[in-house]
Order: sequence, then C-alpha cells, then structure tokens
Amino acid sequence: MTKQRVELNVNGEIHEIQVEPRKLLAYALRDECGLTGTHVGCDSSSCGCCVVVLDGETPVKSCTMFAVQAEGHDITTVEGLAQGGQLHPLQQGFWDQHGLQCGYCTPGMLMTSYAMLKEYPEPTEEDVRKFLSGNLCRCTGYNNIVKAVLQAAKALGAEKSEPETTAADD
Amino acid sequence: MSITPDPQKHALGVSMKRKEDPRFLQGKGRYVDDINLPGQLYMAIVHSPYPHAKINSIDKEPALAVPGVKAVITGEDLVAAGLGWLPTFHGFDKQMVLAVGKALFQYQEVAAVFATSREAAMDGAELVEIDYEPLDPVVSPHEAAKDEVVIRSDREKSTNHIYHWDVGHKDETQRALEAAEKVVKQRIVFQRCHPAPLEPCGCVAEFDTMGRLHFYVTSQAPHVYRTALALVTGIPEDKIHVVSPDIGGGFGNKVPVYPGYVCAVVGSLLLKKPVKWIETRTENLTTTGFARDYHMDVEIGAKADGTVTALRVKTVADHGAFDAAADPTKYPAGMFGIVTGSYQFPVAYAELDAYFTNKAPGGVAYRCSFRVTEASYAIERAMDILADELDMDPVELRKKNFVRKDQFPYQSALGFTYDSGDYHSTLDKALERIGYDDLLREQAEKRARGELMGIGFSTFTEVVGAGPSKHFDILGIKMFDSAEIRIHPTGSGVVRAGTKSQGQGHETTWAQIVAEELGLDPQNIMVEEGDTDTAPYGLGTYASRSTPVAGAAISLAARRIREKARKIAAHLLEASPEDVEWTDYKFQIKGVPTRSVTMKDVAFAAYTNPGDNEPGLEASYYYDPPNMTFPHGTYVAVVDVDRHTGETKVRRFLAVDDCGTVINPMVVEGQIHGGLTEGYAIAFMQEITYDESGNNLNPNFIDYLVPTSLEAPKWETDNTVTPSPHHPIGAKGVGESPNVGSPAAFVNAVMDALSPLGVRHVDMPLTREKVWRAIQEAEARRAISAD
Repeated sequence: MTKQRVELNVNGEIHEIQVEPRKLLAYALRDECGLTGTHVGCDSSSCGCCVVVLDGETPVKSCTMFAVQAEGHDITTVEGLAQGGQLHPLQQGFWDQHGLQCGYCTPGMLMTSYAMLKEYPEPTEEDVRKFLSGNLCRCTGYNNIVKAVLQAAKALGAEKSEPETTAADD
Repeated sequence: MSITPDPQKHALGVSMKRKEDPRFLQGKGRYVDDINLPGQLYMAIVHSPYPHAKINSIDKEPALAVPGVKAVITGEDLVAAGLGWLPTFHGFDKQMVLAVGKALFQYQEVAAVFATSREAAMDGAELVEIDYEPLDPVVSPHEAAKDEVVIRSDREKSTNHIYHWDVGHKDETQRALEAAEKVVKQRIVFQRCHPAPLEPCGCVAEFDTMGRLHFYVTSQAPHVYRTALALVTGIPEDKIHVVSPDIGGGFGNKVPVYPGYVCAVVGSLLLKKPVKWIETRTENLTTTGFARDYHMDVEIGAKADGTVTALRVKTVADHGAFDAAADPTKYPAGMFGIVTGSYQFPVAYAELDAYFTNKAPGGVAYRCSFRVTEASYAIERAMDILADELDMDPVELRKKNFVRKDQFPYQSALGFTYDSGDYHSTLDKALERIGYDDLLREQAEKRARGELMGIGFSTFTEVVGAGPSKHFDILGIKMFDSAEIRIHPTGSGVVRAGTKSQGQGHETTWAQIVAEELGLDPQNIMVEEGDTDTAPYGLGTYASRSTPVAGAAISLAARRIREKARKIAAHLLEASPEDVEWTDYKFQIKGVPTRSVTMKDVAFAAYTNPGDNEPGLEASYYYDPPNMTFPHGTYVAVVDVDRHTGETKVRRFLAVDDCGTVINPMVVEGQIHGGLTEGYAIAFMQEITYDESGNNLNPNFIDYLVPTSLEAPKWETDNTVTPSPHHPIGAKGVGESPNVGSPAAFVNAVMDALSPLGVRHVDMPLTREKVWRAIQEAEARRAISAD
C-alpha cells in the first residue's frame, strides 16, 4: 500500500511522517513519532490505553482514528502533560494516591481525566467514575484512580483561584 | 493498616510512594512493544478457525506474494528443525509449537508470517491458505472422560485422561462420612476464566553478530525462560540473554512459554533480523494461559452441633488440548491440598482427574498460587451450605471449627504445616468493623418486606511462597529465589533479585527491605530485576512468592553485608567486632552510644580504609524457604439483589487480611484493591465460554468482561499482623489473597440473599440472567409445592 506524507502536531511539535492511509494514529504515534507512552491493549477500542487528547479538549481512542485523519489537529499525549520538569497535577495525584501499578493503562487514564477536567473542573466521584468507564485497569480496582483525579481537580481549582499563577498545562 | 512506624527512622512498614511511578506517569515506561531494533521484522500468526480439524495442506505462496512478507513457517518446518514441540513447565506433557497434522483447539497456532511491517505481516497471515477437514470436537471434560473421540494421537496411551492425583486418607474419610450425623454434598464449578493483563504477551528476538540471542519478552520468570529456551533450541545458556522490561500486568498469564515466542526466535535465526511479535487481544484471550475450569464435588461430614468430621473433594479438571498448567512438578493439582482451609478436619481426601479437551491449554493463571483459589472457593462455599443445612449462623460454624491460635504450627489433614495464624482475631475485627449485628437486624427487616439482602463471609487460608526445594521444582529447577546487593562507597546501592515486578512495586518495596536492614535511605537503593545477564538466578514472580522467597533472600543478603560491615566498623572504632553492636540503625561500641559509626561511614571505609578486611561491600543470598507461608483473612460482602431483574449490588465489601509483617501498607492495600476487583470480575462477570462445537465465544473485551470504574465496588480494608515465624522479616505475601478469598464471599452473599427463596447454589459468574433464572425457578418450585 502506498505511503503518504502526514504532518502531525504532537505536544506542540511537528512530526513529518510517511504512513499508509490505514495506519492507526496509535501506531503512528508509537512507531513513527517515537512516543511510546500511548499504549495499545485491545483490538476492539474497549480498553482506553491509547487515549490521546485532540485540540486540548477531546479525548480520543487513538486506535479508532487513522493517522491521516489527525492532520490539522493539536494532539496531546501523556508525554505532553508534564511541563518544565513539573508533573501535571493529575500525574501528581496518581503518584500520591497510588493510582497506578503496572502503569500500562495509566497514560490513557491520565489523558481521559485531562480532557474531563477541562470540561468539568469540579467533578464528583460519580462523574469521575462515569468518565473513566471507557478506560480499563486490571491492577488498581479504580478506587485510588478516582481519588487521584479528585485530588488533581482540587489542585487545578486552587491554581485557577490564584489569578497571578498560570496553570502548568496552559 | 495498623502499623505506624516512624518514617524518619524506619523504612519497613512505611507507605513510601513508589519509585517507579514517575517513569510510568510520564509515558516513559519501557514495555516490550516499546523496544524497536534496527531492521526489525514483525511476526503475525495464523490460527485455526476449527476446534478440531485435520490439516490436509498449507499453501504459503499467496502470503509470500504480499509486498514486505519475507517468510512463512509451518509446523512441518519446525519439526524438520527439531523445534516442533516445547516442554510444559511441570513436565507431564509437551505442546506443539505450530499445529502439525491436526489442529486441536480453535485459534491454535498453525503458521507464522514474517514481514517488514505489522500490517504486511497481518495481510500475509490472512492469505496463508490452509485446507482443513473438520473433526468432531470434545468440548466438555466429562465427555472427554468417555474417550469416544481421543484428541491426542501423539501420546503413548490412547485416552483423553491425563492423570489421576490424590492426597489424604481415602478409606478413613469414607468411614467418617458414613458415620457423620450430617453430610452435605455439592457440585461446585469454578468456571474457566482468563487473567487478561492489559498489556498482551509479546517479544522481540535478536541474534547479534556474535550469535548471541537477546530476547525481550513479557515474562514473569525470565531465568526459567532462559533455561527453557536452552533446552528447546539447544543454544548454550550463556548465549541466551533474556530481558523482561516493564511488564503491563501478568496475573500468571506471563508465566508459561508460548508458541509465538519460539516462532519469533526461529524467525530471527532464519532471517538474520530482529523479530517482534505482539499478541492481539484475541490471541491473548484465546490461546494463552487461562485459569480454573475445575468441576468439584465437595462433601463435608459434620456432627449435629456443626463440628466438622470429614472432607472429601472429587474434581474433574479441563486442561484443554495440552497439559500446559505451569504447576510445580510434584504438584500436578498445585496447592489444592489447602482445601481443608481454616478448619480442623480430622480427616480428608481429595482426588482429581485431568482431561484433554479441544480447548485452549493452561489452567493455573489468574492471581492464584497454583489452584489455591479453586480450593478456597470450594471449602468456603461448602461451609456456607453446611451452615444453611444445620440452620447455623455461618460465622458461628466457622468459629467452632477454626484452627485455634495455640495450635500453630498446625498439621492439616492433607499434609500442610500451617506456619502461623490467628483466625479468631481476624474474624472478630471484621465483625466489629462491618457491624454484623446491625446488618443482621437490617436483613431481618428487609426479609420481612420481601427484599433480598445478603451477607457473605469468606475466612480463607492461603499457602504461598513456593517453595522448599525438597518438594518444589519447575522443570527440575528448585524453587528458591535470590538477591544480590552492592553498597557503593557513598552509601547508596543496588539490589538485584530473581523476581520480576509486573506492577507489584518491587522497585520500592525491595529498597525498603534493604534500607531497613542497613539503615540507608531507600530512595538511594536502586532495584533491578528481569535481566538475566545481571540478576541472580531466580524462579520469578507469581503465586505470591516474591516477598516470601525473594524478600527473604534480600533481607538475608543485607544481613550478610551487615556482618561484614560490623568488622569494618570495628576497625573504624578501634574495637574488636564482638564489642560492636548494630543498634538504632548504626554500629556502636556496646553500651557506649557516643562511640558509633553509620552504615554510610562504613560503606566509604569499605572502599577507602577497610583495615585488614577485604575491600568492597556486597553480598548475595540464595534462599531456600524452610516452609511455605500461610496468609489468611476474613472477607465480608454485603449485597442487595433485585428480585425482579436479578441484579446484584455490592453495597459494602470489607477485607481484613493477615499477611504477616507489612513492608509498605499503601502497596499492600493497592494489591488488595486490585485482587478484589479481579475477584469481583470472576464472581459476577467473567467466563471463557465455548459453544457445543468448541467455538470460543469471548475472544475480545466486548464479550469477555473486565469491570470498569462503574462496576468496581468501593473497597474497605483492614488488617491483623501475625508474622511468619520462619521468614526473616515475618512477611507472608499478599498479592493473591484478595482474589483467592473474595469469590466465595461474593457468592455466599448472593446465596444468603436468595436463601429465603430456597436457592442453594448457583455457579459463577453470577450474571443478572443467571440470578434472575435462579429466582424464577425457585419461585416456580414454591408455586408448585403450594398447589
């Protein structure tokens, strides 16, 4: 199959890659852009390990999208969360609350949560459980993941209430 | 968690945040599929669509015509190279790498395609033309027992029967059951399920220019893989380098050696290029190590007052097309002998017959120390059935029969010596915390209104930490484990172990053990595992054995370092070593606290000023445990069942565990949360089902269900601490307790809810439909008897 040139804007950096039109975004990010934080855990878009965020707000399972479709969008992957050597409050929350074990689902969990908090900055526990229901975890049993996201929501809220400071992810 | 040591001083018992996490949180984990080598090819496997079929011919040509496809190999190619079969770990059988002559289960590996991209390899795999002639499949082990169709023609005996195993006293148990005032008997099926770690299995194989094999693989036991590869391929073991990088969950699924690994190695050898193979989810669910599939007839004899007098369990086991259950060699039914549980059975007998069927091979995976889960579920369910028939409170029945604290070490009727335990205290703590009396009152009120509320208990005992070398081996290799510690001049260090974390947090907890033993900062103890070139030989991480075995090795290696350090400290203090004591995390002259040196001082001196002592500060230890450890716990589930829809809501779940000394309470609690969620999945959602033609009906995450954040209950945890008397730090292991103990608590709770309707037992998974049907049938029975 003929390859075509695609320009992907990932975490603010342009990647020029040559891929077949059928190349899934997940594999383009992993194999062509060298960003292996985005994981693949199923063949049926069930597990959510591959979630990335489009245009700063839309969580997408990157195994449901072709790389060619992602052109023209800003893509944020887990590698784009930490800024200036500082963990994002979500990453800090997962670390503090033991919200990860093997780490395989973690990038997807973080990216889904990231998008959720953009839209719903003050989620309840029920909201978090609902939003994360497309992301599977086999290790943690989710209780600590929910706590981690709530901690992050609180931390991000506190950042916003201090007008002088700019949120690390902006 | 009840231990609250001073984190300023102690490393043990502290909820230290995990050292591995910053890597995972930033997408910098290095899993097998993240490894890409120059010139790498990709492999895809062709699977049999039939559960049982003769293979008449295989045409590789259409696949070879696909651009990018470099080679196709079949079973016949492997047989010609002497690589047609691979040994199974406990040594009773061997498994075809690629099917030759016949395919024996649906999705069995039949050919492997190598290409320059993932996509081209998959295109090629679709085009390999195979002429099959379908044969009658044998799907049920009970059918297999009739030997009407014999599945395996490569074996000496023409039968589907694999082996008979038994333990205990057959005749005495028979007599005791005959004499019992009450006997209950129940067929209890622990369904076939699958551990399904989120990272599928996979590998990258490369032969370097010196002919040395570098094999990156999702393995829970990299050293065993190295030895197995040497045995299968004839490559000298020094020419094999196995690396388990970060592993995305294992749960036993990543213990066996799979055909895909052998094919990738062969492809790499043949094509002189690195070969990557990463399973699809379907391949993971349909071909790799499943769990359970035990069909158990359980009988308990008891006095009228509830005192148990005998236990007998007869099991039929479905092992699939090959006997690939990774059990220790002398334990073909694993630790099933723990089936007497926490109770004083004066006599017991367990027997088992294993059969081949046209289903995927495996059997011991899924967070279980070799069949402990099946045994635990059987006894905990049966005790509830006995309580029900005697009209006794299940808690009272358990208390009456528990092994008492003063009876440890306790010799069970089936031969285990339980090292320690305190079952009554753990149960009492659980009763108080859950508020049992209030729950009983609430239940009585609800029952009066016709509502279905259930309270279910499980008071399990585990046996983990395989194992003492006189009993335990895999492929003949004794089941010890090992550690090697080096302390650097400035007081930091590295510990290497024969285990391999798949999320358990070894990089943190192993550092905590070393830090506690040596008075060093755990942040500066680096942990390395999984690389056979650097880690000492060990049997790996599964069956909750890491802390009981490798944890002990780490502790004892550190104590060897401390002994050497004492001599150097004596030199620094100008005293004789006998006058120097290790106290409060430093060396001091006995009774003179002002004259002391720290381990950091000693480490520097070991390289700069060791006196007459050998320079350097390192030690290793190979630990052969004197006994297994026996963690236990009391789990309580509180459920509400909707009698109109069959839906079960788990309202509360409390786990009170006793895993002995706790290294990191946060990590232990995390293990318990995860195991409980897997137990919930098994109790309510998961079953690998086959239709009567042998088709796998759950080959993906759409049909094989993993609980999401919406289903997973909120977990309450607590603990008691009964240290193991024979483990250097008193630890027992915990990873599997929640999965071993919880299914019975869930099912007992649902059966308790349904007991006013006269429902006695329903096999897992307790889906809405199954519970609804049970309610409908019970109500129909009541309507008939009322007529």
